[in-house]
Amino acid sequence: MAQPKLSAWQYTILALVSICAPLGDTCLSRGMTRLPPITLDHPMTLIAAVFTPWIALGIALLIGFFASYLTALSWADLTYVLPATAFGNVIVALLSRFWLHENVSWQRWAGIVLITVGVGFVAQGPALTERPAPAVEVEQEQVS
Amino acid sequence: MTIPSPALQPGAWSAAAMIAAIVLASTAGEVLTAAAMKSIGDLDEIRAHSGLKGAIHAVITCPLFFGGVSFLALAFFSLLFALNHLNLSLVAPASASLTLVTNAVAGKIFLKENVDRRRWTAAVLVCIGVYLLAH
Repeated sequence: MAQPKLSAWQYTILALVSICAPLGDTCLSRGMTRLPPITLDHPMTLIAAVFTPWIALGIALLIGFFASYLTALSWADLTYVLPATAFGNVIVALLSRFWLHENVSWQRWAGIVLITVGVGFVAQGPALTERPAPAVEVEQEQVS
Repeated sequence: MTIPSPALQPGAWSAAAMIAAIVLASTAGEVLTAAAMKSIGDLDEIRAHSGLKGAIHAVITCPLFFGGVSFLALAFFSLLFALNHLNLSLVAPASASLTLVTNAVAGKIFLKENVDRRRWTAAVLVCIGVYLLAH
């Protein structure tokens, strides 16, 4: 049965999905830009890249993301989880503005507003698609 | 530290192909993974009854999960490859925003999810928002 309202624990899981993914991607980017260009002629160099510190940290964060993501998908629709966790992009933009004191252009502020409104839209709706109960269960309920 | 010279920067079609590879592999992986998790059931409940080992066992014995992980691994290495040639500010928002739209379509078709007007609006708003964040 669909759960229209999520619990505090479930919101925490969605927050972990939001935070771990962009931080992991940032670590991967930092690691990969420090490596020489990789071509398809030497694909094994991609495997070797996995063991460099920044990429290893990025992978650790992405494992945390994946565990939270799997948990979220077990009680919410894919089309609910993905927009709801896009708020991580906003967190990164706000951190870059108020922690790293980077300049945030008006386009980025517009992007932050749109993502926040989008997350608000999807979070107001049910997390899971209601499906008709299997016929056997319905019969059992009618008997009891 | 080595940065690719402009001569080595890929063209628009190569960049589009790299991003398309990430989006397609990621969509296939996420749809298969979502189908796997729906077939397994609520992980929080499984963990409450059978503990963490039970939850892990339920996940790793699901064949659909391995199909999903294989495509997500393909998406991951496509991402690493693309990050080696393109800037994160292009790759991350482009692949993330396009994946939102392809997942909404795939979720409706393959997972039979109720992608109502609210979810379409959210997907499109987030998609445009992610694009704007890159500028």
